[in-house]
Amino acid sequence: MTRLRSIFVTPAAVLMLVTIAVPAAIVGVYSVLSRGAYGGVELPWTLENYTRLIDPLYGGIFVRSVALAAAATALCILLGFPLALFIARSGTRKNLYLSLVILPFWTSFLIRLYAWMFLLRDTGLINTVLQSAGVIHQPLPLLYNTGAVLLGLVYGFLPFAVLPIYATLERLDKNLLEAAADLGARPIAVLTRVTLPLCAPGIAAGAILVFVPSLGTYITSDLLGGSKTILIGNLVQNQFTTARDWPFGAAVSIVLMIVAVLLMFTVRRRGEELL
Amino acid sequence: MGREVILEVRGLSKQFATHRAVHDVSLSVERGAFFSLLGPSGCGKTTTLRLIAGFETPSAGEIWLNGSRIDALPPFRRNVNTVFQSYALFPHLTVLGNVEFGLRHAPAADAVQRVHHVLEQVQMSDKRSRKPSELSGGERQRVALARALVLAPDVLLLDEPLSALDPQLRKQVRAELKALQRQTGVTFLFVTHDQEEALALSDRMAVMRGGEIEQAGTPEELYRNPETRFVASFLGEMNWVDGVGIRPECVCVARDPGSDGRRRGRISHTTFLGPHRHLTIQLEGGEVVTAQTAAAAPYQGGEIVHVYWDSADELRFPS
Repeated sequence: MTRLRSIFVTPAAVLMLVTIAVPAAIVGVYSVLSRGAYGGVELPWTLENYTRLIDPLYGGIFVRSVALAAAATALCILLGFPLALFIARSGTRKNLYLSLVILPFWTSFLIRLYAWMFLLRDTGLINTVLQSAGVIHQPLPLLYNTGAVLLGLVYGFLPFAVLPIYATLERLDKNLLEAAADLGARPIAVLTRVTLPLCAPGIAAGAILVFVPSLGTYITSDLLGGSKTILIGNLVQNQFTTARDWPFGAAVSIVLMIVAVLLMFTVRRRGEELL
Repeated sequence: MGREVILEVRGLSKQFATHRAVHDVSLSVERGAFFSLLGPSGCGKTTTLRLIAGFETPSAGEIWLNGSRIDALPPFRRNVNTVFQSYALFPHLTVLGNVEFGLRHAPAADAVQRVHHVLEQVQMSDKRSRKPSELSGGERQRVALARALVLAPDVLLLDEPLSALDPQLRKQVRAELKALQRQTGVTFLFVTHDQEEALALSDRMAVMRGGEIEQAGTPEELYRNPETRFVASFLGEMNWVDGVGIRPECVCVARDPGSDGRRRGRISHTTFLGPHRHLTIQLEGGEVVTAQTAAAAPYQGGEIVHVYWDSADELRFPS
């Protein structure tokens, strides 16, 4: 029995080790080495890459990234919960709606972001239509700002919020909802007193699935935020490319990972307290 | 009893997409009564209960509770409460949280005393801080009762509340349930497929079959004077001999052939039931009757005996 189990578990365990643990360890080692002249890393060992992060400039980037990821998470949950509830209650159409939620994944995220650029830019669809309709005379600044990045994040990660919430709603014992109504709870009270607390694990899972990739995003902010919105993801990317400061990029990555893991644990603990 | 009617159902029907769950059901329940809906699974008893609770909308008919018509009201506006078969306790709330749940929507000045009192009644005071997952089946059932009773419903609806308990516990909980009903004076509408349960607990009962009520009355009326073969067979045990029904306890057994038209038969086997013994007798002519005798009766399997009964005990039905 244990042998059979190990046969099935080993490939996944090895894959996780090779693709997650080993790279993370390499990043950790890089983060305490010195910068090479043309990229790469050299001895001696140093903690300078971490002490540099104390600069308020980087603190600002961290705070902005966390705030933006938190806003994207909140919006995804606020939009995703009603949507998941709607799908869970649509009977035989459930599977159709679920496939519609997943449908965008059939196209590359990059292409979908370019599509947003076509919609949002000064000469894009939205501005052109509004201008020719005489609603506006100057193009609205829809692209290359924080709002556009937020839009891109919510658009890209909404399915990650919808799916786990849907899964908990689907599992919810219908008798509990009937019992709540039976005990005098109006539909709104059934939602807040029974449905929401019992869906807390799904909401927490959805929040983590949106928050973590939002915190590390760089494509969305790169394409939709222009040069104005520098996030941690872009900072890391710059260190490994143009700035050629791999150790510093590695240090930023490690701090990002620690922040993400700490936040995840906090959310999970809160979720367990609720149940 | 002649007391006032608290719940009246008139011509109630429920048609689902492909099947007729409840058809033209009428019944009236007196205040303070223990009324059972009895029938095999799929007979429409649970749907009837759900229609009264408001979880289903009737296709036709009326439901009157305490003088007002309620069949168009949502569940939260009906002064009935339900004990679910699965109990449906809120897993994220404690015993106390579950019992207090409904009081939030029906604030009462004496809420604290009521909760205290009902927890005492079901003997769950010392477990008020437990979560449902930490309770036994019997305890969950009592919390489900407390949660509903604390709201002082006009009628308490119970959907097979004993079926999830193991048989050992069931008889004890049955007695507790009856005692609780007497103590609180609340009207109980009890759904069950267990005829013994219905007979033991009910003041009045209705036997359902195929979405319709076959017969309603006191347990004794239904047992002694069943109006249909179905009711006769469903309640207790019944022998069918030459088209008439005769209960095992009405069948007498003797070794003596007598002179009063006794029928001869051979005991195929005997079943010891504690206080009495059932003899399964193959009659000449092929019919089989079960006779109830004292446990100490001296009959053996294989023995030739003669059976007879008082013709007044025979039950006849139009075929």
